[in-house]
Amino acid sequence: MSLLARLAVTRPAFELDLTLEVAPGEVVALLGPNGAGKTTALRALAGLTAMTSGGRIDLDGRPLHTLPADRRPIGVVFQDYLLFPHLSALDNVAFGPRCKGVGKAEARRAAAALLERVGLADHAAAKPRRLSGGQAQRVALARALAVRPRLLLLDEPLAALDAHTRLEIRSQLRRHLADFDGVTVLVTHDPLDAMVLADRLIVIEHGSIVQQGTPSEVARHPRTDYVARLVGLNLYRGVADGTRVEVGELLFSTSDRLDGAAFVAFPPAAVALYRSRPDGSPRNLWQARIDGIERHGDNVRVHLDGPITAFADITPAALAELDLAPGRQVWASVKATETHAYPA
Amino acid sequence: MVTINRAGPVEPHGGSTAGRRPSGRLPWMLVLPALLGLAFLVLPLAGLLVRAPWPTLLERLTEPHVLEALRLSLLCATIATAVCLLLGVPLAWLLARVDFPGRRLVRALVTVPLVLPPVVGGVALLLVLGRRGLIGHSLEASFGITLPFTTVGVIVAEAFVAMPFLVISVEGALRAADQRFEEAAATLGASRWTVFRRVTLPMVMPGVAAGAVLCWARALGEFGATITFAGNFPGTTRTMPLAVYLALETEPEAAIVLSLVLLAVSVVILAGLRDRWVSTP
Amino acid sequence: MAFRRLSRWAVVLPALLALGLTGCGSGEPAGAGVTEVTVFAAASLTGTFTELGKIFEAAHPGTTVRFGFGSSATLAQQIVQGAPADVFAAASPATMKTVTDASLASTPTTFARNRLQIAVPADDPAGVDDLKDLTDPKVKVALCAEQVPCGAAAVKALDAAGLEVTPVTLEQDVKATLTKVELGEVDAALVYTTDVIASGGRVRGIAFPEAGQAINDYPIATLAPAPAGDLARRFVDLVLSQQGRDVLTEAGFEAP
Repeated sequence: MSLLARLAVTRPAFELDLTLEVAPGEVVALLGPNGAGKTTALRALAGLTAMTSGGRIDLDGRPLHTLPADRRPIGVVFQDYLLFPHLSALDNVAFGPRCKGVGKAEARRAAAALLERVGLADHAAAKPRRLSGGQAQRVALARALAVRPRLLLLDEPLAALDAHTRLEIRSQLRRHLADFDGVTVLVTHDPLDAMVLADRLIVIEHGSIVQQGTPSEVARHPRTDYVARLVGLNLYRGVADGTRVEVGELLFSTSDRLDGAAFVAFPPAAVALYRSRPDGSPRNLWQARIDGIERHGDNVRVHLDGPITAFADITPAALAELDLAPGRQVWASVKATETHAYPA
Repeated sequence: MVTINRAGPVEPHGGSTAGRRPSGRLPWMLVLPALLGLAFLVLPLAGLLVRAPWPTLLERLTEPHVLEALRLSLLCATIATAVCLLLGVPLAWLLARVDFPGRRLVRALVTVPLVLPPVVGGVALLLVLGRRGLIGHSLEASFGITLPFTTVGVIVAEAFVAMPFLVISVEGALRAADQRFEEAAATLGASRWTVFRRVTLPMVMPGVAAGAVLCWARALGEFGATITFAGNFPGTTRTMPLAVYLALETEPEAAIVLSLVLLAVSVVILAGLRDRWVSTP
Repeated sequence: MAFRRLSRWAVVLPALLALGLTGCGSGEPAGAGVTEVTVFAAASLTGTFTELGKIFEAAHPGTTVRFGFGSSATLAQQIVQGAPADVFAAASPATMKTVTDASLASTPTTFARNRLQIAVPADDPAGVDDLKDLTDPKVKVALCAEQVPCGAAAVKALDAAGLEVTPVTLEQDVKATLTKVELGEVDAALVYTTDVIASGGRVRGIAFPEAGQAINDYPIATLAPAPAGDLARRFVDLVLSQQGRDVLTEAGFEAP
């Protein structure tokens, strides 16, 4: 059982066209900036948004796109959960099975078991407005799983939670998704959620896929500025010749060896700053102007402008020692061993 | 003069409301028109109370024809409201949820009974459902059913005039309701009918209840369409408003008594309902 | 301070409202040079009085006659409550009495009489020929409610004939009763001769002898505070004149 889909949706000034292939038991995260079409893709999978001709969804070899939403074997966890306010947590979870023709007593029994599984047996009788954000999220998951879906869809499942609850719910959700043997597609704009929850990331920008791979692949080899920013890397496009990559007028030495169009990536922490030109190799060295300075965790992130724009993370002590301020000219360098190059 | 208290410290004598909501005195720009509006609505009632023949009130109230008219009024208004709910809620749903050509026109048509003078509405009903009416003709020919001059006719006239109140109120509630809940229900396997019954309807219940209350009140006070379409006969079609009108011809004091009875009964019923049914879930 | 201000408004505003409401009624204040006379008349006089109004305006260039037609009882109530009318023509002495009891009218004069007829739809589906046919339970009959003049007259006539009629409806005025016949919703009704004539052939009138026992008198009077005193008297004179009588007779009224 698997999902094979070409999602095609055309709207004024927006076009979604992407192909998905998800194996059973696999969790795929659609990652992308706001307006990239993630939610539209999810709605198309759920049957809530009509697809243009050419769109096609096959689940376990059977066409899904010809069925209306209520006939698809799916479970959806919505961004703000959309628990029915007039029903108790138990009846929310029992709603799906009841719609599928399960008897009332049996549906409630199954719902109670699911609530127990997500640790909310004590809250079965509570109306949604009495539940905390984390509890509501778990009820929403239980409700989606209650229909025994073959395709589980989650739209920004953790976005509505505060930082603390998020940490806890994220690990619980990961466990539940690992137990689920169907296909899971989740949508998020948070890279951490995506990396923790998903086996594979699909990055969407402007309605199409720009990159996909395992979380570690994507994290190590970003292919767009958006992904680079998400994973916290400086990223440039250049031309490689052996261990050297030419980016504009700059020349980077890398530890990798390749030829032709290439990406160069390095972490901001690998960038060293100097007030005067350091001695030694002219490679991986450039003169930059400080555009801005901000706190970044325990360190300080310096925004550099010049032949390339880049981020440099330095310690507050280094900042004081170098007496850096916006507008100052500095020299920046990055070690070849921390500079990765890969084919573009 | 009135001053607005700008987030200042709590005044020693005005501390009770502070802290719960943004403090400051009530804005007279709102309070003054509100009080005037209230006075405008309530003063006519006061006029009725002042002119009521209190010494003979009880005696007049217990006259059989008063109770008969009251019973008929309550019965017809309630059944008319039930009819409006049965037909009007689906109509409101259609207008709010289904995109069909001519929807704007249909929505405008729904309000026709509001604009139409009720007497004209009554004549229009006669032209359709009367003995020689478009439909009424075959109703009588095929089934021997005539609506004018019957209690059913009263219900038809009241439902005709009152239904727009329900439809408009429910449609507004449907439009205000978050449709994503309906989508959520669909992904759980609910058919459109199930979505309506188990999700939409419970969520717009306050709107339905408010519409039903308006509808009932309008039906209870209905005069023009009723007397024109259903006529006026004690026991079968003479509702309170008709009795009031006729009493006005000869005995204005009796008309006041009848009006007060109608008012008192409706106020008691509506006030009683408000707490029980017209609350948010 | 704030409260006192509010209370002053509470007095002034309703007063303003009241002014606005009554102010719409009559035009100029009382006095010489008044060129408008307001006549409240029973609904059954709509046709004849409109015509008499035109005659009056032609005879008194520059004057205007304004009419308020309606149920006599309603008009009487309005006059008692201070409606600014100069002349009142009622469809029954009883309604006129409401106004004279309040000392608001001069001594009324009967200017016309109206007699009941049986009105049936032009095709007379129930085959009604006389008053007795109305007692047939298969014949649907509309009567005016007893509280209004045509209803009182109907009761009187039926009593005189010793007949018991069960109507399907007791209408609030004679026009409503007539409409039920015109639309064919009832098979017969008791209405005034004038209404049968005014329907212009849509209903057929059947005279019956007992109608003579229930003739309705139409009184007219000038009203006490009449702003257009002289004009009001002259309008009443016109109604009582031979010219006025001719117009009334043509419409089916009888001379007193």
